[in-house]
Formats: sequence, structure tokens, C-alpha cells
Amino acid sequence: MYATRARQARPETFTARPSIAERLGLPYMDGPLLFAAVALAAFSVFVLSEATLRDVPGSPRYFADRQTIYALIGLVGMYALARIDYSRFRELRVGIYTFLCVSISLVFVFGFAARGSRRAFDLPFFSFQPSELGKLLLVLALAGFVIDGARRGSARQRTVRYLCLGFAPAALVFLQPDLGTALVFAVITLAVMYVGGVRWTHLATIGAALVALVAIVLVAAPTVGAPILKGYQEERLTSFLDPSADPSDAGYQQNQAMIASGAGRVTGRGDRATQTRLDFVPERHTDFIFAVIGERYGFMGAALVLSLYALLIWRALRIVTLSKNSYGTLVAGGIAAMLLFQVFVNVGMNLGIMPITGIPLPLLSYGGSSVLATFLAIGVLESIHVQARLGQRGRFAW
Amino acid sequence: MYLRSDERGPAVSNRLALRIAVFGGVALALFAVLFFRLWTLQVVNGEEYLAEANNNRIREYRVVAPRGDILDRDGEVLVDNRTSLALQLNPRKLPADDGERRAELTRLAALTNTTLPKVRETIDEELRLAPSAPVTLRRDVGRYLVYYLQENQDRFPGVEVRRVFVRDYPHGTLAAHLFGNVGEVSEDQLKEPRYRDLEPGDTVGQDGVEYQYDEVLRGRAGATRIQVDSLGRPTPNGQLKVVEPAPGNNLRLTIDSGLQEAGEAALAGTGLPGAYVAMDVRDGAILAMGSNPTFDPDVFTRPLTQSQVDELYRDPISSPLTNRAIAGAYPTGSTYKAITSVAALASGNVTPTEPIVDDGAFTLGGITFENAGGVAHGTISMQTALEVSSDVFYYTLGDRMNDGSALQDWSHKLGIGRETGIDLPGEQPGLLPTPAWRNQLYREGLTERPWSAGDNVNLAVGQGDLQADPLQMAVAYATIANGGTVPRPHVAMQVEDAAGRVLREIEPSRARQVRIDPEWRETILAGLHDAAQSGGGTSYSVFGGFPVPVAGKTGTAERPGHADQSWYVVLAPYPDPEIVVAVTFEEGGFGADTAAPAALEILSARFNKTAETVSGGASGIE
Repeated sequence: MYATRARQARPETFTARPSIAERLGLPYMDGPLLFAAVALAAFSVFVLSEATLRDVPGSPRYFADRQTIYALIGLVGMYALARIDYSRFRELRVGIYTFLCVSISLVFVFGFAARGSRRAFDLPFFSFQPSELGKLLLVLALAGFVIDGARRGSARQRTVRYLCLGFAPAALVFLQPDLGTALVFAVITLAVMYVGGVRWTHLATIGAALVALVAIVLVAAPTVGAPILKGYQEERLTSFLDPSADPSDAGYQQNQAMIASGAGRVTGRGDRATQTRLDFVPERHTDFIFAVIGERYGFMGAALVLSLYALLIWRALRIVTLSKNSYGTLVAGGIAAMLLFQVFVNVGMNLGIMPITGIPLPLLSYGGSSVLATFLAIGVLESIHVQARLGQRGRFAW
Repeated sequence: MYLRSDERGPAVSNRLALRIAVFGGVALALFAVLFFRLWTLQVVNGEEYLAEANNNRIREYRVVAPRGDILDRDGEVLVDNRTSLALQLNPRKLPADDGERRAELTRLAALTNTTLPKVRETIDEELRLAPSAPVTLRRDVGRYLVYYLQENQDRFPGVEVRRVFVRDYPHGTLAAHLFGNVGEVSEDQLKEPRYRDLEPGDTVGQDGVEYQYDEVLRGRAGATRIQVDSLGRPTPNGQLKVVEPAPGNNLRLTIDSGLQEAGEAALAGTGLPGAYVAMDVRDGAILAMGSNPTFDPDVFTRPLTQSQVDELYRDPISSPLTNRAIAGAYPTGSTYKAITSVAALASGNVTPTEPIVDDGAFTLGGITFENAGGVAHGTISMQTALEVSSDVFYYTLGDRMNDGSALQDWSHKLGIGRETGIDLPGEQPGLLPTPAWRNQLYREGLTERPWSAGDNVNLAVGQGDLQADPLQMAVAYATIANGGTVPRPHVAMQVEDAAGRVLREIEPSRARQVRIDPEWRETILAGLHDAAQSGGGTSYSVFGGFPVPVAGKTGTAERPGHADQSWYVVLAPYPDPEIVVAVTFEEGGFGADTAAPAALEILSARFNKTAETVSGGASGIE
């Protein structure tokens, strides 16, 4: 047995014939990134299987099974994207951008309404939310536009152009209305512009304008009687400042999520996690899954999850620096910003320091569109990594 | 970024490197914020949030324990419980909409015969006391109202009808002053150690035996703890813990209902404010005690109407809630002569047989004190002096005892001017006039003259500043009758469980022992016996025909601003008394006219014998 194994191992270093792993491209992928993503998805399935036993009467594994399927499809998609050269997306930017805008617009026509908001199409197997995939599409298209237009027009014209290109789909999403995703779109736009080298002064101006906009939307407009946000949106955005002010409304959810997280203490309450089991925490399989983790598994579980996200973001930022071309740098930067923003806002809202905006926690929140889109984004990151590795070895294709 | 040299990609421009470094810094900061927040939430403040989570899911319902019954000495039920339907409101289940809520409260106000502001006031008040408890809007609702609410449940969200325990008095007003009433424990009371285990909304005794033996009677409330979900619905298998309520123990009193009834009838028969006590002379057990005017304790089981409040609390003259037997403050008149006798004998100021001349008047310092009616009794000794109630004889003793403090000392020993220690709240000490007391008042300018021998002369016949109540007189007479044991009066006999098993006997030890020579006792009792049942006695007209030998003394006290206070204190059977009865009436006139007949009614009931009518005696001469 030993001899056989030794014989088999030795030729590998000599023959040109690649091993299975190498044929699959695994050595060129970023292992830690892949590990973090898969670990988070697996943890999601585990949490859902434990915490949503009674949510759908008669099928205790409803959410867990579906999430498993979404994650598996996502993994396949991720692998597929990792195997192709992301640089092709730069050429397809106009098509991608058009598809992005059209798919979001179609929701207004064909989408079904849930809780006063049209966000998704009802497909045979699951409901598809174009704006989730749209986050990735926006990164790919906008990065292309930035690279492509780097030499055209003055700096100011370019800044305005990028802003318009990015904020147009953001506005469409906002009108669905889906404030959270619209914010993600805006953050992606700014991040791509930032990594793309837009001047600090322009970025500062945009920042100041955004602050002014928030002031107008939240303070000025309502006082003159022309509210821009819907009532519940404004309430969600401001109630986190004082969540216990009115336990019956938006602050209630936040308060309950905070209580749930806090009650988990260091080691968690396991099956005695009453906050989540008895419905005190709303949307516990989606927006507030972090509170569920906090209560069930305590600081150890929640900190583990945060660490996995830190690992994810770190590897994404590392890939920004590794990219073989500027397009990859921008794309990786956009994806890193997208993930960071979503993680911070969602976890922050579970811990009572950020407003409730309906942003899912990447890979952990239940939902096909979100899981799939996030895996695809990881796939693009892997592709950048793979291309960089191959480039170092002088092999740009398999 | 920590990269091996062979891992480095195309050189990143410095500008980009800076931007990525800033990006990384921001990411680091954001994660630091999240970790820090997670730490404070879970590790630092976790206990707090855990408590809040438990508070969220657990609803505790208090299960009221029925109070114990109050029984008379033969086990007859004097106070028990009835269940009553109470209209309760859970304010949390009221409609969220202001208009709807207002409409419902208005409907409720109409149903409970009150107004919207009053309903709101009740709700606010009760919520402040007990934020989680349902608010009781009205007790004792009728069945028609219950049916109406059941048929219109959708119009009254949050309203429920619950059975509650209410005190029930099968004998009506009988012994009302002893029981006292029960009521919700007040905010201030909850701070007292004796109400340590209680919660707002619990019922406690507020007066009388209900107050004194509250701990025995009240039992221990139970609790059901139910786990609920976010909508307040009980979860399956959510019954966490049930603590069964422990019903209160029964309290058996020393009261003899028959005697109590007779006493109250005797009091009510005159229509005068007054009080009586019937006590066992040997151990101080109160056999009956009553005060007139009385009240119906049942009124306290319902909200009081304004006219009831006026009647019970705002009438200083009839003051029906006052138990005059322990809180009356009256001069005692000649009934005090028994006490004066003991003091004079004990201090050597007179001997049992020493003759003293009673020429009908006694002059002291230019003031003449006369016998009632100005009668001269001639040369008499103590026994006769008691029989005919010679004032001059006792004026003389009072004057003799002004040298020293024998009268005050012995009065104090026999229980005058101090609380007897009965197991009832609200006892008043009364007033025993002493030189020190009067001189102090004089120094403060509160009275026009200092102490003089005249004060002692007055005290010797139960006049002047003396203030005492029937219970104190009963204790003093009992002490003389039993040979020197000052009893501690008590109304409670024993604590029993619901099945009647005796858990604890209540036998208060004697208050103190005083030395009463058998000869003194015989002389005094003989005098009192003659007063009641020999032809020349002051109450012969009342007790002369009573087949049981008794020893009793009339009293007719001048009370400034009032007609005479009528008194009678009697020991029976003579010469070895078992029972002492003390009766007094405000503005009752001569002792033999109102108080003595009432005492006779009580003793008739006690010995089941009636008196034959006799003529003669010295009634009307006090």
C-alpha cells in the first residue's frame, strides 16, 4: 500500500499531466475566501435547520432545505465564474448594464407585491429578485464604464457620468421601493469611483451632498409637508436612535433583536432561545438571522460569524491588490465594498446601532436571490484571483 | 498586505495603494465597532437582556388565596367568603385606535354607572400600582351584565369577568367592630415588613381582627406562570410553574355569639351611643364586646357611596366605626369606687371595717362635695359605702390618699390610663389624672389651676379628668375578683386549619400580678354584691330579682357638655365570679337606669335566667 501511494505521488511533480485538483483550477483559487464563503453558507443552513423548525407548519426543514439548494446552485455558479476570465465582462458592460436596468424595471410590470413593495418575479421554483443580482451586475458594468471612460472628458464630467450611471438603477430600486438595496447600489457606485481614482475633492463634494440629502429627506421635506420617504421607511431609519421609545412599532423589532442578541450572553441559549422561538424577533430567517445566532450561540457563535466575514472582506481587499488589470481591481473593490456595507448595516441593525433597512446578511440570510448573487460575486473575486495566479505563471488560460 | 514576493501582481500605483489602505482601515474600524458592540451587548450587559427576554415571555398570573374564616368560640362562622363577579379590564388589550378606545371606555363607564374620566382615573391609578395586573372596574356585577358582556364580547376587547373572593358576614352587623374590614393593600402598607410578600392588588385586613391576625387569615397567593409568544398567546406546554394558593387559616375567637347578640340587642335597645364588654375574669378571654352605633361590615365589600362615606366617616358624634369598648374615653363615676377601695386598703389609709362618718357632705378647702341627692348615710364602713354608694366615704379616702400617690399607683396597676394590650388595633389608653400631669398642663398654661386635693377627691369617685373605657373597667374588676391577676384581654382563641385542626392556641400570659389581700377582696365583693342584690343597694331594683348572685356597681358620671354618663360593672356569680360585664352609655343618665338593665340582659343570656321584678333599692341616688 505504502509503495503504491509513493509511486503515484512521485510522478506528479514530473509529468505535465495536471492533477484533478489542478484541472479543477483549485490551486489557483483563493482558499481562505472559498472557505469563508462555504463556512458561512453551511452555518446558515445549520442555523435555519435549528431555529426555524416550527416556522412552516408540517415541514420543519423548509428553510434549511431550500437554503441548501440555493447554496449548492450558488457554489456551481461561483465555480463557473471562477473558471472564466472576468475581463470579458468589461466588454459586455453595455449589455450587462442594459440587462440590469431592464430587469429591475420589469419588476414594476411583472413583479409581485409583498408588503407594499414590488421587488421580485415569481419564478416556478423560487421568486427571483433582480436587484440582488443587480448589485453584482452594477459592479461589473460600472467598473467597465470607469475603465473605458478614463480618458474621456474632464474629471468633473467623468465623475458626473459615473454618478448618473450608478444612481440610475439605484433610483429604480428605491422606487420599488427597496431603500436598503438602493443604498447598496449607491455604496457600490461610490466604491467603484473611489477605487477608480475619482478625485478626493469630488468624493468630498458627493459626501457633503449626501449628508444634505439625508437632512432634506428626513428633516426638511416632512416639515414642509412633502415627505419623500414612506412613513415606515422613515420610522425604521430613525427609530434605532431610541428603539425602546415605542415598543409597538419599528423600534419594537430592533429592541427585540437587541434583547435576543444580548440574552445569548457568552455561550448562547441553544434551544432555550425564547426570543426567536416565540416570535419576538421578526424576520428571523432573513434580516434578523444574526440576532438568532446571537441568542442561540452567544458571543462565541456571533463572533465566529463576524470573524468569517472579516476573513471574507480581508481576502476580497487582498484580491483588489492582486488583480492582473485595473478592471479586476475596480470589480474587486466594488464587491468588497458591497459585502462590507451589507455586513455592517445588517449586523449593526441586529445589534441596535444601525437603522432597519432590509438589507440581508450575505450568505447567512435565507433567500435564493441573495445567496446566489453573493456566491456569484465570490466567483468573480475567485476569477480575479485565478487570473492573477495564472498570469504570474505565464499562463492566462487553461 | 502581507504578500510573498512571488505572489505580488502588477505593481499597484501609490495612489491606489493609499486608497486601498484607507478602504482597509475603514473595514477594520467597522469590524471593530461591530465586535465592540457585540461584546457590550452579550458579555457586559447579557444578564440584563436575558432578564428582559424572560420578562418578555413569561406572564405571571396571581391566584388569590381565600381568606380564612372567623369563627366564634363554638365554631359558628362569623365571617367567611363569598365569590363575587368582578368586571376587570386588561388595558393592554384595548383598541389601539384612540377613538375606538374612547368609545369602549365610554360604554364601560355607562355599564358601571360611572363616568369616562372616572374610569380613566381608576385605570391610571391601578396601573401605577400594578402595571401588569388587570384593572378591576367594578365588583359584584350582576348576572345580567355578565350575559350582556358575553353576548357583545367583540365590542369590549380586554374586558373580562372574574370570580373574586369577598368577605361575607352571615350574621350581618354582629360584632362588626371586632372584625374590621378588608381592603386592597395600600402603597404605603406595601413598604411595611409585615406585608413583605404581598403585591399590589392583594387584600389585607384593614382594621379589627382582620388587621391584627392578618397573617393568620390571609393565606398565601399562588401563581401560574405561563410562557407566551410575541402575541401574548400561551404556548403549547407553556405552563411553567404553578404554585397553588394556600388558603388562609381559620381564626376561632373567644366570642360567644349568643352573648354578643344579647349585648348588642341591649345596647341597641336604648338607642344611645355606648359600649359593653363581657370578659372571663380568669384569663381575659373576651366573651362579647360591642359598640353602638354599629355598622354593616358588608358595605366595605363594595365601593362606598357618598352617603355611606358621610355616615361612616363624617359624623363625629355617632362615629359608628369607633369601637367605644376599647376607645371610649369617659369618666366612670362610682364604678371607680372599687378601685379606690383597693388603693386605700393597700396603702393603709383605711381598714376593711373602719367606720367613717357620712353626714351627706364633705368639705375640703372651702368647697363642699355632696352625696348624690344630699343623702346622709351615717357612720358606715367600706362594705356599706359600696352598697349605698356613699360619695362622702370615698371623698374622705381620696383626700387621705392625696398625701402620697396610692390612688394613682393602684389605678395604674389595675390598668387605668394605659392600654390593656387587647389583640385589637385602635385601643386608647384613656387618662389617669396625676399631680404631675395636671401641674405640667398648668405650667404650660393649658389649664386654669394646678393639682389640688379636690382632684384626688374627684378621682376617688370616678369624676373629674378621668377617662376610661369599659374594657379597662372590666380588667380592673376582674383583677379584684380573681385575687390580683391582671388579665390581658384577648378575642382570639386559636388558629385552625380549614379542617378544624388546631394549629396554635392563643393564650396571652397575664399582663401582671398585683397583691390583693383576700380580706380586701372579700370586703369589696361583698359591698358590690350588696349594692346589686341587697335591699339598700343602688342597683337592687335591677338585680334584686336576678336568681344568680352577682356583685355590681352603678356609675353615673358628670361629663362636661353632656348629660350624665351611665355605667354598670358587674361580676357574676358572686362570690367566685367567672365573668365580668362592663356597660356604659353616653348620656344614659343614672347607672341603674340604662347601663344596669343592659348588663342584666347580658347576664340573663349568659346564665339563661331572667330576673323577677322587685321594688325598692336605692337607684336614682348616685
